[in-house]
Amino acid sequence: MKDIGKTSRRAFLRGTAAIAAGGVAGKAMAQETPDPLITELQEWASYLGAGVDETPYGLPIRFESDVVRRNVEWLTASPISSINFTPIHALDGTITPQGCAFERHHSGAIELSKEDYRLMINGLVDEPLVFTYADLERFPRENHVYFCECAANTGMEWAGAQLNGAQFTHGMIHNMEYTGVPLRTLLNEAGLGAAGDLSDKWVYVEGADASSNGRSIPMEKALDDVLVAFKANGEALRMEHGYPARLVVPGWEGNLWVKWLRRVEVVDRAVESREETSKYTDVYEDGTARKWTWVMDAKSVITSPSPQMPITHGTGPLVISGLAWSGHGKITRVDVSKDGGITWETARLGKQGDTKALTRFYLDMDWDGSPMLLQSRAMDETGYVQPTKHQLRQMRGENAVYHNNCIQTWLVNEEGIAENVEVS
Amino acid sequence: MSKSLSLFVPALGGTVLVLGLAYGIASRHYGQQTITSLETRVAQTEASAARAREAARAAAQEAAKLAAERDALQDVASTSGDLTAPAPVAAAGFNLGRQALPEEIAAWDVDVLPDGRGLPVGSGDVWTGEEVFVDKCASCHGDFAEGRDNWPVLAGGFDTLADEDPVKTVGSYWPHLSTAWDYINRSMPFGEAGTLTADETYAIVAYLLYSNDMVDDDFVLSNENFTDVEMYNADGFVIDDRPALEYPAWRTEPCMENCKTSVEITMRATFLDVTPEDGGESVMNHASTTGTPTFSASAAADDDGAPTATIDGMDPTLVAAGEGAFRQCSSCHQVGASARNSSGPQLNGLLGRTIGSVDGFRYSNTFGDANAAGDVWTEENLAAFLADPRGAMPGTKMSFRGVRNEEDIAALIAYLASVEAE
Repeated sequence: MKDIGKTSRRAFLRGTAAIAAGGVAGKAMAQETPDPLITELQEWASYLGAGVDETPYGLPIRFESDVVRRNVEWLTASPISSINFTPIHALDGTITPQGCAFERHHSGAIELSKEDYRLMINGLVDEPLVFTYADLERFPRENHVYFCECAANTGMEWAGAQLNGAQFTHGMIHNMEYTGVPLRTLLNEAGLGAAGDLSDKWVYVEGADASSNGRSIPMEKALDDVLVAFKANGEALRMEHGYPARLVVPGWEGNLWVKWLRRVEVVDRAVESREETSKYTDVYEDGTARKWTWVMDAKSVITSPSPQMPITHGTGPLVISGLAWSGHGKITRVDVSKDGGITWETARLGKQGDTKALTRFYLDMDWDGSPMLLQSRAMDETGYVQPTKHQLRQMRGENAVYHNNCIQTWLVNEEGIAENVEVS
Repeated sequence: MSKSLSLFVPALGGTVLVLGLAYGIASRHYGQQTITSLETRVAQTEASAARAREAARAAAQEAAKLAAERDALQDVASTSGDLTAPAPVAAAGFNLGRQALPEEIAAWDVDVLPDGRGLPVGSGDVWTGEEVFVDKCASCHGDFAEGRDNWPVLAGGFDTLADEDPVKTVGSYWPHLSTAWDYINRSMPFGEAGTLTADETYAIVAYLLYSNDMVDDDFVLSNENFTDVEMYNADGFVIDDRPALEYPAWRTEPCMENCKTSVEITMRATFLDVTPEDGGESVMNHASTTGTPTFSASAAADDDGAPTATIDGMDPTLVAAGEGAFRQCSSCHQVGASARNSSGPQLNGLLGRTIGSVDGFRYSNTFGDANAAGDVWTEENLAAFLADPRGAMPGTKMSFRGVRNEEDIAALIAYLASVEAE
């Protein structure tokens, strides 16, 4: 026992010495004069900081003030019916803080109190019911982390590389831990006997806002993993995400995640509402359109380096970081290419992929300062491999608007500046 | 207590007797007695040690048993994770909520299905529809449903779906007429949802059909002939066929090396001029494409939005706050050198301007009346209008709920006062 301890300790010391020697020789920067941040007394090390009564609910420190949602004004006629983008380029890990998670409204974000909240279940049910918010909190509830991606995420990139920033090309996504009641529990409460054979039935869900954003969801999905959620990341939903309750439809396009959910109607066919016919349908090259394209296929993007996150530290150790997700289940693997897709290497996953949730990946490299064409390619548990933009266009043309899950390319030049490009 | 004491006393007496005898023997054979005594103590100590070993063995066995139990529990927890469980479902329900009343269901359950189920009794003709449309819809959608600014185009675009820029309108794209009725009735006009009567909705939908050359000008739409209308693109949709067309092709082992011979950059976002001459079709609604934002890492953090110019006699902080608050107005109102009318009139030099006086803007009657009376915008009447547009100017076309915060109103007025007439 003792001998083993000694041996390993000696080996460890030898190893440390070797690393230290190599480290000293390899340091790019030597400090000529003492760093005043170290040698001089700093005011924060002498004066007193903020008291615990100063910030009952905190925002990020002011040095992080550029990590905010951003809007692309020309996309829509009015910010009231519009979308903004999560600053995914500046985040790490997988959970999106609510305060910077993208918003999409069709008639603006409304203030609806818990007291004023009502949820109706009607249609082909045994007993139409009305629940209050307090009722919702009395049903058994669950916790799940899921991504919510707008069907139009990356939609501006169909016809060409257009927006310079992962926030703009891929920021219509967030990933939160939801607390909520399974929709099946509420449907069961109203009773589905009246619906008869459930295999061809639907639920029609709508919100309390002026747009109502009605959508039809097949009963099979409604009874599977759909939640009526009232908490996200541990706290109440934000107004802009549907306070006090929203629908969570794991793996499916964000438009189905109805906010301020006020009614669930069991129906015998799809309603074919405005949001499932004139919008959120995918027009192909020959002019026909695909409808009911609910699932978000596997997709990934390198968040850093990216146009908003250039390499500022020069050559040497570089962390390539990105996100991957799939509406079909777990991410099993992410490959990264530095040469525009000629060769690929498998990235390290931050942790095991969760079903229908964001997975963080890293590729730790030694950058020699040569230009790179960075790409990432996600694979999910069904074996689906994220397609190239070329493959997608061959299949769908350039006017589909929605469901663009192509491989993204960033050109990183010798100075570390990154740019959104397309490659052959 | 008394019972244990009565047991203890004879035992103590016995011990005293034994010690007394031992003392008598010891005084006579001291050396032998010491040896015997030590031998006895050795034997006693050895017996005690044996007992301790036995106890230790038993304790070790007990510890091993407990550890095994702990490991078994940990195995269950870590391998199957089965201390978690889905929310239980009660077959008989939880007896929560209350029955929805028929009046409540009627108020909320207003969706209209493609087969016409859900339509209320009613009707409307094309000419009535045009009047209602011009009054309530044209400020965004244009008098002829052609769409203003980036607001949706509702008419035309036939046979463009396979073009480079498809024009997806009610006529060219929507597969069901029920969708138009349902959406207009439920969510339009923008900012005044739910205020149309059934007949007004029928009339607007009739006018949209007319705008799309799908009916003649004497057409009357009602719940009775609703499903007779044939939509141009009714057969233009297929149900999601990715599982058949794409998944088999893309569920394959990916290439890792020598996947291409060379790679060329074919397009750069930086060089892309994405501004089509006509505003074009875009992603979310019908967008024009000017001012593509480009960001560098530090640019956003440096811009604190502070105004650079100060205006005489005004509080620059208030003006700056007003400029920020004006963002919510800017989707309909423009200011500045290039300002023109859009959904709302341009607002240069608003204070002191005669109400309803901008050339080329079609005002509501209430603004027309104020204009005829020679009324002028003042801080007072502008504040009242901003606080409650429809209360201050009944019949205004401005679909805006009003500014709730008095500080925002003061800031907006300060900002608008800073915007000179061009």
